[in-house]
Amino acid sequence: MTPLTFVITLGLISVLAGVLGSLVGLGGGIVVVPVLTLLYHVDIRLAIGASIVSVIATSSGAAAVYVRDRMTNLRAGMFLEIATTVGAVSGAFLTTALPARALFIVFAVVLGYSAFATFRKRHSAALLTTSDDRLANYFNLHGSYYDQVEGRTIDYKVTGTKLGLALMYVAGLVSALLGVGSGALKVPAMDLAMHLPMKVSTATSNFMIGVTAAASAGVYFARGQIDPIIAAPVAAGVLAGSMIGSRVLGRVTSGTIRLLFVVVLVVICVEMLQRGALG
Amino acid sequence: MRAGRQGAEQPGDPGAPPDASTIDAIRIRRVELAISLVLRIGVTLSVAVIASGLVLMFAHHGEYATWTGHFSYHRLTSPGSRFPHTFSELNTSLGRGDGEGLVVLGLLLLIATPVLRVAVSVLSFVYERDRAMTLVTLFVLAVLVGSFFLGGGSS
Repeated sequence: MTPLTFVITLGLISVLAGVLGSLVGLGGGIVVVPVLTLLYHVDIRLAIGASIVSVIATSSGAAAVYVRDRMTNLRAGMFLEIATTVGAVSGAFLTTALPARALFIVFAVVLGYSAFATFRKRHSAALLTTSDDRLANYFNLHGSYYDQVEGRTIDYKVTGTKLGLALMYVAGLVSALLGVGSGALKVPAMDLAMHLPMKVSTATSNFMIGVTAAASAGVYFARGQIDPIIAAPVAAGVLAGSMIGSRVLGRVTSGTIRLLFVVVLVVICVEMLQRGALG
Repeated sequence: MRAGRQGAEQPGDPGAPPDASTIDAIRIRRVELAISLVLRIGVTLSVAVIASGLVLMFAHHGEYATWTGHFSYHRLTSPGSRFPHTFSELNTSLGRGDGEGLVVLGLLLLIATPVLRVAVSVLSFVYERDRAMTLVTLFVLAVLVGSFFLGGGSS
């Protein structure tokens, strides 16, 4: 394979990563990391650096559309970023102090449970019409969005803000420690704990992961983990893919997105177990 | 003010003088569009810079299209590669008109986009006169900017 074909094929695969990442709110790292390590034999450290870039690309590319179309709950996203950024920074301090392999196993178990809980909620995904959550009321985190499939505006109330904040802190921490998976915890935090609609959860997660990733991108760049020849085609491809994915989300049902998310979560769970077991 | 989001769906009667909640709704919509625009400009600019950098790089180095073998691209990632690793190298590289410099510049623009988005959000919430959310976003921006210094300092 010549460098030219490397750039072109990686760019094309990254388009797929961008489509999937923007739909489920995870940012494409789930495709990019295994493709780079297994198909192209790239060092895992550089693959994670490229995945950080892909997360920022998916997030910004898709959020441009989601914010305009009001799929994103802007206020809830901004509010929860308090916890994710603080988590990401504290994770940067802990990186060397904690055993990564044990973390992968713990994370895999958490994701396995989230997948189960998200799947179980598929028939009972009723939205709240009132909320006595004081934080959510004070900051007015409630919202509404126009659902293209149902053809109507859907209002929803937010609850469980404190639990949401705690989970978001863990999401930021995990993404800094393992370089992956911040969206995998963000979506269940919003869907299960805070009762946001599924599509709003993935769109808002998408909006937030860019900021969490940017908080650690500086560190990765300084360490030389972001290799331009790998990151450049990934960034370009993923951006193109996220533009496509963000136009699809409006047209599919929340139920479809939920199932897609569960499948992706199970795949990441297996991936994490493998890394934890094999090192 | 706090009625915000829901109010935005029902613009007031055009004949009547706009009431406070309609003005809020218009402001909130403007903020959403502004944030969306910042993101769109950021990604379009960075992808354009990255793509032209790649094209330029391959145009300057015809040999890159003929190297073969499974690890051929590794020759481009070695520490001795032409990709700039510091800001001063980036400056020199851009001055020479190297595609490699453009690629790195585009990646930096991409990384800077979410930070810029948070900065614009701070201004947006000031414009919405929402003090609580202004403080929230200001805090996020501070942590984010702080993390960049943390990254620069630790390595």
